Amino acid sequence: MEKTDYKNIHVFVEQRDGVIQSVALELLGKAHELSADLHEKVVAVLAGYQIKDQAQMLIEYGADEVICMDAPELKDYLTEQYTQAIYQVVMEYKPSIMLIGASTIGRDLAPRLACRLNTGLTADCTKLEITEDMQLASTRPAFGGNLMATILNTEHRPQMSTVRPGVMQKMARDNSRKGEVIDFKPSFESDKFKVRLVKNVKENKGTVDITDAKILISGGRGVGNKAGFDKLQALADVLPGAEVSSSRAMVDAGIIDHSRQVGQTGKTVRPNLYLACGISGAIQHLAGMEESDLIIAINKDKFAPIFGVADLGIVCDLNKVVPLLTTRLAKEIEK
Amino acid sequence: MDFSLNKREELFLQMIRKFAAEEVQPLAAEVDDQERFPIETVEKMAKIGIMGIPIPVEYGGQGGTNQMYIMAVEELSKVCATTGVIVSAHTSLCMNPILEFGTEEQKQKYLPKLASGEWIGAFGLTEPNAGTDAAMQQTTAVLDGEEWVLNGSKIFITNAGYAHVYVIMAMTDKSLGTKGISAFIVEKGTPGFSIGKKEKKMGIRGSATCELIFENCRIPKANLLGELGKGFKIAMMTLDGGRIGIASQALGIAQGALDATVKYTKERKQFGKTLAQFQNTQFQMANLETKIQAARLLVRQAAWKKDMHLPYSVDAAMAKLYCAETAMETTTKCVQFHGGYGYTREYEVERMMRDAKITEIYEGTSEVQRMVIAGKLFK
Amino acid sequence: MNIIVTIKQVPNTNVIKINPVTGTLIRDGVPSILNPDDASALEMALQLKDKFGAHVTVITMGPPQADAICREAFAMGADRAILLSDRKFAGADTLATSYALSGAIKTLDYDLILAGRQAIDGDTAQTPVSLAQHLDLPQVTYATNLEFDGKKLCSVTKETEEGYQILEVETPCVLTVLSSAIKPRYMTVKGIMEAYDKEVEVWGADKLDVEVERLGLSGSPTRVKKSFTKPQKQPGEVFEVDAEEAVEIIVKKLKEKHII
Repeated sequence: MEKTDYKNIHVFVEQRDGVIQSVALELLGKAHELSADLHEKVVAVLAGYQIKDQAQMLIEYGADEVICMDAPELKDYLTEQYTQAIYQVVMEYKPSIMLIGASTIGRDLAPRLACRLNTGLTADCTKLEITEDMQLASTRPAFGGNLMATILNTEHRPQMSTVRPGVMQKMARDNSRKGEVIDFKPSFESDKFKVRLVKNVKENKGTVDITDAKILISGGRGVGNKAGFDKLQALADVLPGAEVSSSRAMVDAGIIDHSRQVGQTGKTVRPNLYLACGISGAIQHLAGMEESDLIIAINKDKFAPIFGVADLGIVCDLNKVVPLLTTRLAKEIEK
Repeated sequence: MDFSLNKREELFLQMIRKFAAEEVQPLAAEVDDQERFPIETVEKMAKIGIMGIPIPVEYGGQGGTNQMYIMAVEELSKVCATTGVIVSAHTSLCMNPILEFGTEEQKQKYLPKLASGEWIGAFGLTEPNAGTDAAMQQTTAVLDGEEWVLNGSKIFITNAGYAHVYVIMAMTDKSLGTKGISAFIVEKGTPGFSIGKKEKKMGIRGSATCELIFENCRIPKANLLGELGKGFKIAMMTLDGGRIGIASQALGIAQGALDATVKYTKERKQFGKTLAQFQNTQFQMANLETKIQAARLLVRQAAWKKDMHLPYSVDAAMAKLYCAETAMETTTKCVQFHGGYGYTREYEVERMMRDAKITEIYEGTSEVQRMVIAGKLFK
Repeated sequence: MNIIVTIKQVPNTNVIKINPVTGTLIRDGVPSILNPDDASALEMALQLKDKFGAHVTVITMGPPQADAICREAFAMGADRAILLSDRKFAGADTLATSYALSGAIKTLDYDLILAGRQAIDGDTAQTPVSLAQHLDLPQVTYATNLEFDGKKLCSVTKETEEGYQILEVETPCVLTVLSSAIKPRYMTVKGIMEAYDKEVEVWGADKLDVEVERLGLSGSPTRVKKSFTKPQKQPGEVFEVDAEEAVEIIVKKLKEKHII
């Protein structure tokens, strides 16, 4: 089988309980961009049970075609069932590229599938590009994010990559788009189904550990009181993965619990985003957050030491900025 | 002359550092603030063998070396001097004399449970009138049939109340002077043996430091440790080993303070630059770093000699003297480098300075150490 | 019961820094450690050893210095250690690595294979899953808990984005374990003393049940075209603006950095 026999970009469409996951739509958006360089089609691979009515939405988000596998075996994700089904799609349709979201499901499925196909897989890519010789170049972080590597898979097909949710952008939904929906019936070897799903439990994670949060909306003396912190909580509620934290002053004042304290006598945090609101930036506080990936500080006092460590500093009244920011971000996220 | 750690020691250092950082350090401020004996830490240490490092496997110990033991005390003391002294007193002052001077029955009876950490050990020599002048023992032990009867009191006893096994010195024949002192093993709960007042101290506040009271306390004849009249010698040899432990504790305190101060001075800015960029900081810290390295070599040498069964009493004295004075100097300077913040409980250096002071006093004051060293010089 | 735990020696990437002048990784002085997720997998195996008397073998593919993590595994309680070390393994991506491991494991008796979810240097989480595929064994990833009935049945708790699942599978099977779920035990002093009395078996490619061309670089579909460090953090800009403009600037920055 020549690698030139492989064409088109397949995107695995992850669904959980019949709900299509955002990462799949983000990957369709990216595939749509890549297809312009490759002059090939974007094909959404949708697997599940009684999900065929979702196919049109996938076309509106960038798929040129949808391969729909609707079978009771595919109702809930299980490794062997899904690997068998998608393996058959790949063997039948020979995509040159296959993209899968790097979710819990994706990280279980993609390596199994890639190995069964004897092809290469690049995980957690932050960038996907087509090179001059029409290869997929996947860039990903390694060494705990300290190093970036660009990976090529030149001789094997399909070229497989996984991408974390939130990294790529969805296309703007276009309900004028049309495309073919193909019904594909995989034949299952059910004697290989060795894992049984007994229970699926959705739960609210109880106590907060701010060291796990990807985003921290942190308040200091400038926030002043409980009402102020409620506004920060409203902002955190709008951003997925966000929690509220605090400097020592507000914990000492009894306004917020010690478990949310960042600093010398609190916790050390390294979130993707640390939004410091009304925090002056005393040395005991800095010690707990200066390793954060992105630090944005809002403070009325332009001489506040926090601006020395912030990547972006805003000298303004946080009571005005925070509510406006909350409404604006709610709109952005919804899009 | 090979100064490097061997593979086992490297692996051990990796383990004890992780343990100290994850299990001991998070409790240190609270242990100090509440004057609380960290019994849960003792249980964790027992599980991984830290309460029996240099005791041979045949007596239920870990079969480790004195080098590993001192590394353990140093690493624990870096984050919590209280935890360091618990291990040191238990190992050097209680298990060690039983190992070196006990009968086979005594070793089999006491060492396995002590080495496993099921029991904690303690040592009682100091009395209200017998500090540096340790020979002035007023606690007496009189043989009555098949039992020794103890009367008297001990003060400033580390691990008191939590310990099950106490190695106690008492006068058996006043007319013989120091040769009339003998050593005994006393178990907690023996009628006539009670724990008295608990001291409120400047530092190592989580360490239980109490009075021991003996009122017609009867112990079996078999609980005489070593030969009759050899108690003072046993005490002195025990303290030699204990000095290596305390030297390590002091070394750990000094290193911990230095590490914390390097971190702080790299962050703290005044006059537009970090404190670390001022030459005063650099030069003073360089001095302290050099002294700490020298101190470490003294302790390692003393431990090596003990492992080699060579005489080590003077080496132990030099190590203890130098480490204790280095710890006091280092912690005092480190508080200074932290400025006003260093004087508050928010930063650990103030506790480290309070903890350091005792290392110049117990298990033989710095004056006693000088006596030992001069004694060898001017023989 | 025989358990195999795959382990990896990795640089402690939590303490790696970038040289501000050259923009390259400073690798000197970065300690090598037993990968945290693997330590948790080993802990899960050791708990089965405590409960059922299982025999625990650790296996790693690495350079000779990976001997250190085998010693650490012994000191924690592992019974046997195998180090796959051979020039022929060099340059392997996850497919070739898992293939080599499968070649070794095929020669051993086992009921259960435990692996850490991912290594903190590669961060791909691919090797254990590919390994399961090579060995044609069922897998459960992201395991936070295992209840074993002492015979064949594993009841596995698997962490998901929304909560958790309970899955059942019979041995032989492969589970990948999260370090956040299981705290590994400390090495004991005695374990450390004895760790260097035991033998770490070093196996070359010739001991494996494999096709040589599927090992190492030649067996790796993926290649690194280039690697580079992320641009250094520049001191931030400070804006004195009104609230509306502030929101614009912040939203722009959040988009730029893929926060939203």
